[in-house]
Order: sequence, then structure tokens, then C-alpha cells
Amino acid sequence: MKHLLGTQDLSREDATLILDTTAQMAATQEREIRKLPTLRGRTVVNLFFEDSTRTRISFEAAAKRLSADVINFSAKGSSLSKGESLKDTALTLQAMGADAVVIRHWASGAADRLAQSGWMHGAVLNAGDGTHQHPTQALLDAFTMRRHLVADPDGKGLDGLTVAIVGDVLHSRVAGSNIALLKTLGANVVVVAPPTLLPFGMAAREDISVHYTLDDALDAHDLDAIMMLRVQRERMTGGGSGFFPSPEEYTRLFGLDRARMDRMPEHAIILHPGPMNRGLEISAEAADSPRSVIVEQVSNGVAVRMASLYLLLSGEEAPSE
Amino acid sequence: MTGTILGAPDIGRALTRIAHEILERNEGHESLVLLGIPTRGVPLAHRLAARIAEVEPDFDAAARCGELDITMYRDDLRSQPTRSIGPTTLPAAGIDGATVVLVDDVLHTGRTIRAALDAIKDEGRPTAVQLAVLVDRGHRELPIRADFVGKNIPTSRIERVDVHVSDIDGDDAVILSGGRS
Repeated sequence: MKHLLGTQDLSREDATLILDTTAQMAATQEREIRKLPTLRGRTVVNLFFEDSTRTRISFEAAAKRLSADVINFSAKGSSLSKGESLKDTALTLQAMGADAVVIRHWASGAADRLAQSGWMHGAVLNAGDGTHQHPTQALLDAFTMRRHLVADPDGKGLDGLTVAIVGDVLHSRVAGSNIALLKTLGANVVVVAPPTLLPFGMAAREDISVHYTLDDALDAHDLDAIMMLRVQRERMTGGGSGFFPSPEEYTRLFGLDRARMDRMPEHAIILHPGPMNRGLEISAEAADSPRSVIVEQVSNGVAVRMASLYLLLSGEEAPSE
Repeated sequence: MTGTILGAPDIGRALTRIAHEILERNEGHESLVLLGIPTRGVPLAHRLAARIAEVEPDFDAAARCGELDITMYRDDLRSQPTRSIGPTTLPAAGIDGATVVLVDDVLHTGRTIRAALDAIKDEGRPTAVQLAVLVDRGHRELPIRADFVGKNIPTSRIERVDVHVSDIDGDDAVILSGGRS
């Protein structure tokens, strides 16, 4: 592995290796001394063209726990807001000696462009590009599910588990990355969304079950995990740009509340990538219930990013092409 | 001198002797913890613990044995292919105040032990750390020595020392190969 750009091109072996490494990283985070010397002297640049607090601090914590130096480069108040091109930014980072670049960009494909361009030698980690991919989020979700739902998880995938993804699948890079990774790891994927928020062609896919209300999905499947996606405010209602009539209707058809939670099997867990809109896609009761692993997802996120940085940055320098 | 240097009975005798030496040196087993370094140090640590328990029946071999993965502390991570990280399991009581005996199969450059000492430092503060190895083949690159040695085998740098352990390889043997014929 040279870069981590998306989950669609991760092999099952690579994905399992990342999850197994994550388990060891997570174990080190339970010790009194959580810092490891592994990436001492390497430089990780967080290049964020889009606001993101959670993902950025998660990557920052991961790099620092491995003793790498971290440089934060965000669009606001930097040359990026003065119209510098991605190419010139990349050349600058190369000149500064960045060993890895963690990139979050509003444009789909920005991470791939950076990785394929040859503008810089370092590893590229996609921390979310447009509505395309957010691989570390999918990996941390998979790790969390494997830890809770698979006995003796080392080396295993998510074979036979049924996972529902509920909400704005069309615009969600979290959903995009998760669907690909879940299929690779052998899970059954159930997608629940209003027809307006489904990507073109998804309803016709035979390897995914699509439902248009959460109740239908709960009737049709015994879910092992349910992943609630955040409703992005700008997509709610109003003008010609609304994707669904009203927040109230969304909650009625797609919100996870107590009654719907009780219809899932006893072992089923609840995931949410955060930040949550309590009362909209998820009720406070569901978010705070013992089945919710939402807080654990955050700590697993640091471990997944430690594992990704380790796997991309240790090992022999790949011969430059 | 190539071929099998130690057979199963030789290895068994060496481990029994080391177990006694560990008890002698530490005047008992009260604070002993044995930590094996993967891969082959781990079964060797378990065998040493079992032998100590034979001598001292109230020594709980299972509870005083662990494994210490040192991958993330190596100094050659950038000159080797990416290594996968193994588990570290310590006794439930931890290693603070314990006498830790590190167990490995072959002592060579000393760099693995250097990494292990760093790893131990992050896990707790033992009273003392000692080192037991089945084979010392020389060619140290760091000021590190073993406290307990199964057999000293003088080698040249181009030779290979392979330790086989029945739990992993199906047989017990120390094999020297690859030297000038």
C-alpha cells in the first residue's frame, strides 16, 4: 500500500491487515504511556481545504501518538484561500519534506489527483473528498463492528453480518466508503433512504437491499448494526433545493427512536459518524443507549488512523517511479 | 561446523538449567515475570515458566508469563518491508515492581533487546530486567549481554542460526547454516 485513497480499491487482505493492526494500536492506547516512538522523525501534513474538527484532530492525535511531527495546513487564512493551486501546494509540501499528506477537500477526486500527479513523493491519505470517499471513517466503522459482533476477530472480516446504512447516501462519502468496504469484508448491505437521496442506479444493484422507510428495513432484515448518517442541513428543505419535504417527515420515516431500536435484535449496535443531529436522524434515547457505540467510534478512529499511518510510513521507501 | 547444533534433548536440558539459574539468581520466584519476544521467544518463555513451576509448585506459570511485541520500537522499520504488529500480553498484575526476564531464541546484534527495553519502559517500571536466550551467537552491535544463555555458538556473520520450536515448527532444534563450506 502506498496511499489510502478509497475503500473501493482495498483488497480484503489489505483491509483485514489494517483492522488487525488497528486492534494492536487500540491496545497501546489503554496503557498509561500511550506514545510510541514508531514514526519519530517523519512529518505528517494535515491539508484541510474544508472545515473538519473531528477528523483533523483524530489524525493529529494519531500522528502524535506515533511520535511523528504534525503540520496543520488549513484553507482559512493561508495561501490556499489566496487561490494557490493544488499543484503549487503539493510542491510546497514536497519541499518541506512531508512524508505523508492527509487531505480533506471539497472536490471529489482531489486525493487521487494528488496521489497520481507525481507532484510529491509522500503517501496520501484521503480524509474525505467531496461526496466521494472517506476511507478511514469506513475502516473505523468496520473495526467497531468487528470488535462487537465477531468472536475472536483477529484476521476475520464481517462475513454474514447485516448492516443498514440510513440517510443521505447520495451526498455521503461515509456511505460511499462504507458500502464498498462492507461488501469487500463479506457483509450484507441494506440501504435506507428517500428516493431523492439515493445515488443513480443503486436501487437496481442486486448486491444491496434498498428500502424507502426504516420500518420496511426493520421488517425485512435482522440487523446486526445500523449506521445513521447525518442529515446535512443545507440539503433539508426550502426553495428548489430541498431533497425531502420537512425535517419532521424525515424523522418520522427515517429517524431511529426507542421503538425502532427495540425492534432490532438484542445484540445489534448503533453507529453514527458524528456530529449528530439529536432529534432529527437519531433520538437522544437511541444515541445514549448502551447499544450505541458512537463514543467508541471516536477512540477507534484514532487507532485506525495510527494503523494507516504506520502501514503507509514504515517499511522500505518505495522506489520512486 | 554446520547442521544441527542442538537437538531436542539438548534444548530441554538447557532450558531446565536456565530455569534453575533464574531461581538461584533471584532467590525465589516472588516477583518473577517472564516475557517472551515473538515469535519463538514466546513458547520458550512458557516452557521456562513451566520448569520453574516444577521446582517451585506455588509459582503460577500461566499468570506470570506474557509476550512483548517490539515491532513499533525497532530501529530498522524503514529498511525492511512493513512488518505486521503482533499482540502484547502482560500478566494481569502488570510489571511494576516485578523482575522481568526477557526470553528470546537468539541473541545476535542486541538491537531486538534494545527495542524490547524501550517497549518495557512504556509498559511499566520493573525493579530489574534480565535476559535469557537459548543461543548467543555473538556479533553484538550494542552494549548488551545475556544473563542466562542456553549455548554460546561462535558464528561468522554470513552464517544463519535457525531455532525450531515444536509449538511453531513441529520439532526442537538449533540449526546452523549458510557458512563457507
